[in-house]
Amino acid sequence: MAKFNMTPDELLNFQFGAPNVGWMEHKPVFKEGNFAYPGKADVIRDLGFPNPREWSPLDEDWKLPENWMEIVRDGMKDRLDRYRSFKLFMDICVRCGACADKCHFYIGGGDPKNMPVLRAELLRSIYRGEFTTAGKILGKWAGGRPLTMDVVKEWFFYFYQCTECRRCSLFCPYGIDTAEVTMIARELLQLLGININWMMEPVRNCNRMGNHLGIQPHAFKDIVDFLCEDIEAVTGIRINPPMNEKGHEVLFITPSGDVFADPGIYTFMGYLMLFHEIGLDYTLSTYASEGGNFGLFTSHEMMKKLNAKMYAEAERLGSKWILGGECGHMWRVINQYMSTHNGPCPPKMETPVSPITGTVFRNATETKMVHIAEFTADLVRHNKLKFDKRRNSHLNVTFHDSCNPARGMGMFEEPREVIKACCDNFFEMPAQTIREQTFCCAGGSGLNTDEIMEMRMRGGLPRGNALRHVQQKHDVNTMACVCAIDRATLIPLADYWAPGVTICGVHELVANALIMKGEQERTMDLRQNELPYLDESAEEDA
Amino acid sequence: MAFFISLILVLTLCAASYYGAEAGMQWLFGMTIPYLAIAGFVCGFAYKIYSWAKSPVPFRIPTTGGQQYSHEWIKHNPLDNPHTVSWTVGRMLLEILTFRSLFRNTEVVIHRTEDGPRVAYNSARWLWLFGLIFHYCFLVIFLRHFRFFLDPVPFFVRALEFTDGIFQIGAPRLYQTDVLILAALAFLLLRRMFDHKVRYISLISDYFPLVLISGIALSGIYMRYLGKTDINAVKIYVMGLFTLSPVSAEGIAPIFFMHLFLVCALLLYFPWSKLMHLGGVFLSPTRNLPNDSRMRMHVNPWNPPKKYHTYEAYEDDFREFMVEAGLPVDKPLDKADA
Ligand code: SF4
Ligand code: SF4
Repeated sequence: MAKFNMTPDELLNFQFGAPNVGWMEHKPVFKEGNFAYPGKADVIRDLGFPNPREWSPLDEDWKLPENWMEIVRDGMKDRLDRYRSFKLFMDICVRCGACADKCHFYIGGGDPKNMPVLRAELLRSIYRGEFTTAGKILGKWAGGRPLTMDVVKEWFFYFYQCTECRRCSLFCPYGIDTAEVTMIARELLQLLGININWMMEPVRNCNRMGNHLGIQPHAFKDIVDFLCEDIEAVTGIRINPPMNEKGHEVLFITPSGDVFADPGIYTFMGYLMLFHEIGLDYTLSTYASEGGNFGLFTSHEMMKKLNAKMYAEAERLGSKWILGGECGHMWRVINQYMSTHNGPCPPKMETPVSPITGTVFRNATETKMVHIAEFTADLVRHNKLKFDKRRNSHLNVTFHDSCNPARGMGMFEEPREVIKACCDNFFEMPAQTIREQTFCCAGGSGLNTDEIMEMRMRGGLPRGNALRHVQQKHDVNTMACVCAIDRATLIPLADYWAPGVTICGVHELVANALIMKGEQERTMDLRQNELPYLDESAEEDA
Repeated sequence: MAFFISLILVLTLCAASYYGAEAGMQWLFGMTIPYLAIAGFVCGFAYKIYSWAKSPVPFRIPTTGGQQYSHEWIKHNPLDNPHTVSWTVGRMLLEILTFRSLFRNTEVVIHRTEDGPRVAYNSARWLWLFGLIFHYCFLVIFLRHFRFFLDPVPFFVRALEFTDGIFQIGAPRLYQTDVLILAALAFLLLRRMFDHKVRYISLISDYFPLVLISGIALSGIYMRYLGKTDINAVKIYVMGLFTLSPVSAEGIAPIFFMHLFLVCALLLYFPWSKLMHLGGVFLSPTRNLPNDSRMRMHVNPWNPPKKYHTYEAYEDDFREFMVEAGLPVDKPLDKADA
C-alpha cells in the first residue's frame, strides 16, 4: 500500500471549474489512494455473493460474467419496480445544482463528478438510455448513454467515493437522496461481484462470529475482562459485566469497534462504569456483539440479515428492551429500517422505561431500542448522576454530529446535553458544519480504510477546517462524537487538518467525570493520563 | 452547445407553426394539435404518476433536518423532522409552497491563505429567489389565461388580473408577472450557461424547456403589448375549442398559432421530462414520510424472508471455547455431542 504523504497544499492544488471534456466522455484514472481494494475471493464465496475471484481495478479485464449487461439491466429493472425512491430519483432531478457543492468529496477534491447530481447522473444516464423511450431513440440528446464496461468502472470509482452521508439530500428541493442512489448502484455492482474488501470482510465476520473483527466469544470475554482491569486501575472498582446471561432487563449492544479499538475502548469502559453506578440490570452478548451493520452498505437484504440477530438474541435472553451504544450507521438502521426488516419485535419485549427515572421512551415504542445518549441525557436531566467536572476542565470540547444520527434520525440535543453536563467548556463548530448540515468524516459507508487515505483527507477537509476554526478560536482540543467509525477515522483527519485535537466518545467524557460510589480518589483519566486539575490545585494549596 | 441546439429546436417549432398558420393550416395548429396535446398531457401525466405509484415504498427514509421527537424537555423540530402525518403535511406544504430546502442553499468557497485553507459557506439564495419567482409567475399567468376559456370570467381571475396590473402602467396595462417571469427565465438561463458547476451538468433537456417557455412568454407578450392581437376573436376561437364546437380562425394573426403551438409542445414534452418534478415532488420518500419507524411499524410489501446465522449455529461453532471461558451455553458440552 502506497503511503499517503501529500501536504495539504499539494492536496488542495486544484480549482473548481468545468473541464473541457464533457462528463460522459471523461474517464476516471484508477491509482493507488483513490480506490479501495476489491473483496477477496474467499470472503465473497463464504457470503454466497456472485462472482468470487481475485481481481484489481487496475487491471484492464475485471473478469465479469459473460452476460454482465443482462445482469445489470435486470437488476435495475427489478429495483425500479421495488423502490419508488429509486424510480422517482431517476426521473425528477432538474439539475439545478443545489446539491453540487454540498458533498465533502467535491469540496476537498474538486472532481466535478463528485458533485452528487453527477454521481447520480452516472446511473441516470444509463436508466435513460436503457429504460426510457426518448433515451433509446435520441441517446445523448435525451441525456442517455449506452451501458459499457467503462460505465461500470466509473460506477465503481464514484459510488465508492460516496459515504452515503445524505448531506446532498438535505438541500435538494425534491429530496433526491444520492445516498439512496449509491446504495442501489452498489447493489448492482454486487451482482457482478464488484465490491470492496473493507466492507465485505466485516460483513462475513459479523455474520458468523457476531462482530466485524471476527472476535470469538472467549476472546471477546478476555478483552472485556482486560478493560475491566483498566477500570479498576483508574477507579478502584471491579466490574464484572454479565455476558450472554438470560433474564436481565436490558440487552446492551454497541459497535464492536468500542471493544477492540483505541479510543473506542474508553467509551466502552464509560458505558460499563455508568451501568455499574446506576445498577442497571443488563447483559452483553457475544453473539450479537456488533451494533454496526456494514450490510447497510452492501445490500438491503444483507442489512436485514445482520440486523436480525438483535431481536433473536433479545428473545433468547428474555430481555425487555435493547440499549444501543454510540454508533452512526447502526442507528440509521435501527431508526429507519429495523422494524420494517425484522419487526415486529419478540412478544416478550416491552416499551423501554428507564429503571432509574421511570421515563418512558416514547419514541421507541415499536423497536424497543433506546440510544444511550437518550438514556444518559434522561439520567442527567433527573440529576441521577454526580459529576466532578474539574476532571474534564482541561478539555475544550466540540461535538461532531455523525451523518446518520443527524440526517437519518435527528438526534442533536441529547448528546449535547450529556456533554454539557460533564464538561465545562463546550464550543460549537460553525453552523453550516454541524447538526443537520454536518459534514462526514469521509470514511463512512465502508470507506474507513487506509488505502484510500488521499480521498479520505480530501473529503475530510470541510470537517477538518471547521475543527481547526474552533481550535484557533476557542482552543478546542477535544472532539467528541457518537460513532465508532468516527472514533477511528477522525483521528487521522484531525492529525492532518487540525493537529493537536483528540477524538473521544461522549461516554468517555461521562465516565471521566462520573463520581462513583466507593471509588478511590481518581488521579488518572481512562486513558491513564494524569488529571491536570490535580496539579493545579496542588500548586494553589502550596 | 446544448443551449444552441435547444434554441434551434425552438426556433424551428416557431417557424413551422408561424408559416404553417400563415399558409392556411390553422386547423392543424389551432385545433388538431391542441386537442392532441391536451390528451397527451393528461394521459402522460397520469401514466407517469401511475408508474411511480406502482413501485412501493419499502422503507421509511425521511431526511431528518431537525431535532427528533424525544424527551418532553427537548425541543422537537416537527417541521424538519415530523413524527406525525399532520406535521409531515406541514413539511410538504413548506417544501412545495416556499421551496424550503432550496432556501438553505449555500455556496462553498475555499480561501487559500498564508495560514492554510479556509472553507467558507456563503449564503446563495438567488436560485431560491428566482426559482420561486419563476414558478409563482408561471402559476399566475396560467390562471390569468382562464379568462380566455371561461365565460363569464370568474371572480378570482379578475382579482388576479387586477392585482397583477396594480401599477397601472401603459395600455394595455402591464402585468408585473410578465416582467418578472422574463427576468427569472433570464437568470435561470444565464446561471446555466455561466455557473461552471451547472454548465457542466446541464443537458439539452435542461435548456430546452427554458428556451421553450421563454418562447411562449415572449410570443404572448408580443401579442399583448406590441402586436395587439384581436383579443375578442381569440377568445371566441378558444371558447369554441373548449366547447368542442370549433369556429373559423379567420382574422387571427399567425403569431397566436405559434404561441399556442409552443404551449402544445410544452404539454406534450412535459410528462416525459424532468418537468415531471411537478408531480414527483409530492411523492418523494425522503420528504413525505414521518420519521416514526421507531414508533410505528412500516411494512415492506416485498419483505424478504428472515434468514440469519442463528445462535444455535454460533454456539455449535464455539461451544467448547465458551464453556472454557465460563460463558453460559444453551446446550452443555456432553448433550451437544450426543
Ligand atoms: S439538488 Fe436535487 S434536483 Fe437539484 S441537481 Fe441536485 S439532485 Fe438534482
Ligand atoms: S451522500 Fe454524501 S458522500 Fe454521497 S454524494 Fe451525497 S453528500 Fe456526497
